[in-house]
Amino acid sequence: MGTDPKGGSNITKGDQGAPEGVPLSGSEPASPAIRTRDLNLWYGDFQALFDVDIDVRQGKVTSLIGPSGCGKSTLLRSINRINERLGYVRTAGTIEVMGHDVLADDVELTPLRRAVGMVFQRPNPLPLSIRDNALFAYRLHRGGKGPAAEEDAVMEKALQEVLLWDQVKDRLNQRATELSLEEQQKLCIARLLPVQPSVLLMDEPCSALDPKATHAVEELLWKLRGEYSILIVTHNMAQARRASDECVFMLMGKVVEHSSTGDMFVTPKSQQTADYIEGRYG
Amino acid sequence: MSQPTIEGFGATPLDIRNRRNQKAIRLAFGAMTIMLIVPVVIILALLIARGYPALSWDFFTTHPVDNMTKGGILPALVGTLWLVGVALIASVPLGVAAAIYLSEYASDNFLTRLINLAIINLAGVPSIVHALFGLGAFVLFFEFGTSILAASLTLAVMTLPVVIVSTRETLQAVPQSFRLACWSLGATRWQTIRKVVLPNSISGILTGVILEVSRTVGETAPIMFTGAVFFTPHLPVGVLDQTMAMSLHLYSVSTQVTDVPEALPYGVALSLIGMVIVLNSASIAFRMHLRRTKKW
Ligand SMILES: Nc1ncnc2c1ncn2[C@@H]1O[C@H](COP(=O)(O)OP(=O)(O)O)[C@@H](O)[C@H]1O
Ligand SMILES: [Mg+2]
Repeated sequence: MGTDPKGGSNITKGDQGAPEGVPLSGSEPASPAIRTRDLNLWYGDFQALFDVDIDVRQGKVTSLIGPSGCGKSTLLRSINRINERLGYVRTAGTIEVMGHDVLADDVELTPLRRAVGMVFQRPNPLPLSIRDNALFAYRLHRGGKGPAAEEDAVMEKALQEVLLWDQVKDRLNQRATELSLEEQQKLCIARLLPVQPSVLLMDEPCSALDPKATHAVEELLWKLRGEYSILIVTHNMAQARRASDECVFMLMGKVVEHSSTGDMFVTPKSQQTADYIEGRYG
Repeated sequence: MSQPTIEGFGATPLDIRNRRNQKAIRLAFGAMTIMLIVPVVIILALLIARGYPALSWDFFTTHPVDNMTKGGILPALVGTLWLVGVALIASVPLGVAAAIYLSEYASDNFLTRLINLAIINLAGVPSIVHALFGLGAFVLFFEFGTSILAASLTLAVMTLPVVIVSTRETLQAVPQSFRLACWSLGATRWQTIRKVVLPNSISGILTGVILEVSRTVGETAPIMFTGAVFFTPHLPVGVLDQTMAMSLHLYSVSTQVTDVPEALPYGVALSLIGMVIVLNSASIAFRMHLRRTKKW
């Protein structure tokens, strides 16, 4: 994926939630980081997604909100095709990541998942040392361990990027599962970075964390924004409002509204959106 | 306007009845547990009391003499180790591979359900039936003759289902979140198995295997028709040799040979149990060692 994720539209962002009125610097409309069209998905006979069309812009944080069971995780998991392991999932429509078809027959899952990193609700570091966790994807994608110096550099860079380096640099051989949840979640983000993903998918990454840790991870996301395009599912309205550029509101498998965060929270276009934001759904 | 008063915390008739029931149940279940241990203790005590006098260094290091009424058990001891070792070499790779396939690769469809059913039923087949199968398949059809190879393969077929089931259970105890994490990072199934699933289940797999071994040590029927003989003056030197075995030796000195000193069969039985206990303790010690070094 040669496209530079720091696409031209990046400069628009001064304060969050700026209205999207005029397309700024219209020189080259970079292809969306993620684009779905007429995406329908069935678990067996049960249809979980209906004609989902979304465009996730490059270098932005896009929040996916909606009540439990509306299909947020399903949508996320169809983008890196991790839900295929369930034999009974059927997908129709198109999904593109950085302009490339994800569902085509000749797509290999390994490069797809290198380009599309995923962070789960419960931090799930592997039962290995911190070092081996941070380097897991890196080694996987280069087909074995690298030279020690290179590995050290790669690991330090990734851990620096997620603001974890100072806490763990003296205990890199400790088991990752012994870290605090906040540290574990940061490590789970860090392990994605060495293979230079374009897109990060995050499924309620903070819901297992306490408020302070949540805040720390949020700040981290805001820092990673620009270099990576982030699609994050959240139940936390305050978080969506604070830490995202755009919001997508889903209800019962459909996208109801997609607008800039400012618009969504100040002047929602749909009554359903307004009801949800004000806490009138679960 | 005021809180209801309470009578204190003394026992009501209901409490007294509950307490009595609880005591009775506890007593009954405890008694059953003890009844369970009693036979084991009696057997062991009897074996030790009667068999201990027969044990000596020579007992383990010499051949039987005088029509098996004197001498040691060396050929049976060595033969059993051969039988179990070869059976392991045959059943473990096959069983573990099958378990990995069933747990990590196979999707849940008609065929895999059929396979599971077959495995469960295979585990329930009586060992004498395995013996006849081994005789027909390995001794006669494949023309291995009565040999360690034929006997061990029969034992392997017999233990295979148990190895598969215990391995599969161990694999399934590895949290799914590890696999998901691995896959989401772009690992193939095999990479996931090798880097994460196996390292976290190897102790359980080995434990199951070793426990299984200890069970095969005592098997008599499957080896009787296929490779074990009552008496041979030679120690086995290869898999096509016949051999003596502990279980069969116990059977013959107890029932087939006359004028055996009383302590001898008990000495053989005690040695057989000793082998099993040594193997089991080794597996438990090994498991504890691995448990200590790993946690998630
Ligand atoms: N593995 C699955 N098999 C069958 N149905 C599922 C599965 N996962 C989710 N669903 C169903 O799909 C719908 C959407 O689920 P999900 O995407 O998890 O919602 P959300 O993440 O928004 O809470 C729900 O009705 C749920 O019951
Ligand atoms: Mg969800």
